Amino acid sequence: MKVTFTVNGAAVSADVTPRMTLADCLRHELHLTGTHIGCEHGVCGACTVIVNGDAVRGCLMLAVQAQGASVTTVEGLSLEEGLTPLQEAFKHHHALQCGFCTPGMLTTLHALLSEEPDASEERIRDVISGNICRCTGYVPIIEAALDARASYQQARGDK
Amino acid sequence: MKPASHHAQNTYIGGHIERVEDYRFLRGEGQYLDDVSRPGQWHAAFLRSPIAHGRIRKIDASAALVMAGVHAVVTANDIEGDIPTIPFRRPNPTIGPYAQPIIAREKVRYFGEPVAMVLAESAELAEDALAAIVLDIETLPPVIEREAAMSDKVLLFEDVKTNVPTVFNADKGDADAAFAAADYVIRDTFYTQRQTALPMETRGLLAEWDAKLGKLSVSGAAKLPFFNRKAMAKMMKLPEEAVDYIELDVGGGFGARGEFYPEDYLVAFGARKFGHPVKWIEDRREHLMAIGHSRECSSDVELAFRKDGVILGMRGSLYINIGAYVRPNGMTPVRNAAQFMSGPYRVPAIHLDAYAFVSNKTPAGTYRGPGRYEGCFFIERLMDQAAAGLGIDRLEIRRRNLLTHTEMPYPLATVLPSDGRAETQCDSGHHLEPFELVVHDSKWAEKSALQGTLIDGRYHGIAIGSFIEGGASGPQENVRMELHADGKVGLYAGSSAIGQGLETILSQIAADYLELPMDRIVVFHGSTTYLKEGWGSFGSRATVMGGSAVLDAAKKFLAAFRTHAAARLGVTIEEVTVSEGVARTADGRSVPLSEVIADGINVDGSFKNQTPTYTYGSSFAHVAVDAGTGHVEIVDYVVADDVGRIINSMTLHGQVMGAAVQGFGSVFSEELVYNDEGQLMVGSLADYLVPLASDYPVVRCHSLENWPSPTNPLGAKGAGEGGIIPVGGVVANAVANALSSFGVKPNVLPLSPSRVWEMIEDARAKV
Ligand code: FES
Ligand code: FES
Repeated sequence: MKVTFTVNGAAVSADVTPRMTLADCLRHELHLTGTHIGCEHGVCGACTVIVNGDAVRGCLMLAVQAQGASVTTVEGLSLEEGLTPLQEAFKHHHALQCGFCTPGMLTTLHALLSEEPDASEERIRDVISGNICRCTGYVPIIEAALDARASYQQARGDK
Repeated sequence: MKPASHHAQNTYIGGHIERVEDYRFLRGEGQYLDDVSRPGQWHAAFLRSPIAHGRIRKIDASAALVMAGVHAVVTANDIEGDIPTIPFRRPNPTIGPYAQPIIAREKVRYFGEPVAMVLAESAELAEDALAAIVLDIETLPPVIEREAAMSDKVLLFEDVKTNVPTVFNADKGDADAAFAAADYVIRDTFYTQRQTALPMETRGLLAEWDAKLGKLSVSGAAKLPFFNRKAMAKMMKLPEEAVDYIELDVGGGFGARGEFYPEDYLVAFGARKFGHPVKWIEDRREHLMAIGHSRECSSDVELAFRKDGVILGMRGSLYINIGAYVRPNGMTPVRNAAQFMSGPYRVPAIHLDAYAFVSNKTPAGTYRGPGRYEGCFFIERLMDQAAAGLGIDRLEIRRRNLLTHTEMPYPLATVLPSDGRAETQCDSGHHLEPFELVVHDSKWAEKSALQGTLIDGRYHGIAIGSFIEGGASGPQENVRMELHADGKVGLYAGSSAIGQGLETILSQIAADYLELPMDRIVVFHGSTTYLKEGWGSFGSRATVMGGSAVLDAAKKFLAAFRTHAAARLGVTIEEVTVSEGVARTADGRSVPLSEVIADGINVDGSFKNQTPTYTYGSSFAHVAVDAGTGHVEIVDYVVADDVGRIINSMTLHGQVMGAAVQGFGSVFSEELVYNDEGQLMVGSLADYLVPLASDYPVVRCHSLENWPSPTNPLGAKGAGEGGIIPVGGVVANAVANALSSFGVKPNVLPLSPSRVWEMIEDARAKV
């Protein structure tokens, strides 16, 4: 089946089987391997991508369901060169070790902070509790997110 | 040996240095195994035994073979001659018959054992085909728990007449005499549940066979690329040089990833036999039943005391369920539990028997702090009970028994049969330092009023405990240092990166000793193509062993630079001094490193060391227990350790904190549950409950470097595992303290809400 949607601002189309997940489509058909697969059953959050502004589990959504949607992956959150303030905060606070959960953390937090740049620590913890990180113990991830809020607050002000 | 000094202008070592790896990871540019594909690759999927113990009557793959996209099905019948068994890393005289065949032929011995491999055009088609294979297995009575296993009524291996491959004895002094002379003895039984490391990236492999060159290449290596290459070459009957292990980015290891598993051989076998690259990515359910399990240990142990609280001796038995086979490092947790149970305490007389028994469960391996977490739980529980029994304050009894610097090096128990590590000793340290730091930082004095009090419906409790962490496993590590055409220094290391920041650590050390900025160093690691021989990353060794080898290489690199510069300047080597990448003569002439590129610098460095390092420390927990629900909240948690020398304070804290939170999973929620038939009841991350961001918000850590290790020129100690070791003992003691009015004994882990609730209800019923 052919499916057409937007990924990171560019129109794409892919020939997919009906059962192919969005995560597999992004990774294997569109070669956007930044989106990771940690469980394929909706628990770990490593596959999180942003679909029409919402953080969505790429392993629980079928590629065909993305027809006409606008999808953002970790690659799409990144600059041509250098790091965004959120990425910079992750680096500074050592919010990643093996890096496997990191794309899902970044997409989840980007979706959250774009909507709620003043999110409280508790709110951040609550939202991130849908993403498993086995390495960091989460404390530095929360610190990074709190730090990165300023740039989202600024972006809101700029609008 | 005094730690080598480093140049004052370059002070990367010890700093809070952000990691070089992060840039690619944060941009989604990491290259993990499943991110790599090859043209013409086939995909593998494994048919695994649904029966814990049985005899294979028939495997019929004919229906699978005719399915669209299915290329082949491999079973034991496709392997010529004897089925190869996976190798032991730490052999001992009695484990030979218990090795795991790479595929089941006559018998299956655990739920999840590979019986067939499908190779197909895609992973989906391969998985579809699994369902079409007819597998006929005659069921045998499963052996699940200790009693059944140790009775030997049903044998897993009929040829060897016992389910107990090895009993390790840990001995020191005369334990029986110590107990005869004791004023007070505390004895109890304990249990730590079966767990697994659960890295976020599942396992996988990509094998390629080059028929023209007769070369096999295996991507997705981690932990032990050089050992695994040797093992693979031997099993494949290939010369070692014909096998390459290629490391990519790795999504976590924690002791489980990177050992030689049955699938490693089968995937490579498929690639060689059919001449197509073969890729296999494990799914999460499969991961839970196939990767090494760990920690399932019960014990009956006792401590003997003088009435002033001084420990006289330790005795008892440990029983470790190692699952169906002895895997490459399956015995490590067993012998470790026996050797390290005394931990940070002065125990002059020890006799422990550690029984490894087989059962129809997934074979065990290591998980962070193997055997040490278990042993620490046992002894810390005994210490708190002894304090109560003797009427001595819990801090005081520990102060009287913690090791001090005047006793270093301090020998631990000798463990026989030897697996090459029979004897060991704590290398340096003063255990009271991190202990008092934790006492102070946790506000113990203030908080001691809380013990057992009920506040807003919850009982509060506190506890403290200590640990030692072995690191820097030998025997050797190698690196190569090369001056590249762009003027950068390439550092090729035998150690592997498993998410611990290896590139950063080794760059820091190299940059400091070469007196160059860190961005002039480029690290390549973990692949067998870079070096003739290396060892890897296990037993918290990469920093100490790899880092010390970097020092050796840096020395040689600078010597070579001096030689080239002297020749160019027409002076003797002695007349040249080198600093910050420039060689100078006394009369003011100079040659920068970039000018000797054409002369070539390519040097090898190595570091040999058979003596482990022992990081040590203490931790504190404050818990609040809801007696109505059994839920336990960690109100505060503090850990302090002394790592000899801090290389990177940021990554060190990351390791300690990450390990502590993993430990909370161990104490409260993670458990690999089996039913009576030997089926694993845990099939997803919704069943295997690892800590989430909302669970444990408070962990604080402190690191000291007061007592450098005398075993290596950096003075560093391995420090990747310590954070997890004390968590079981300390948290269980805090729960016991909180519930002291009920007199409960949390001696069985995990302390799930239901278990805590039951403990309280049982105690209430008794009143
Ligand atoms: S891979 Fe999608 S939630 Fe785990
Ligand atoms: S950094 Fe390894 S899982 Fe989060």
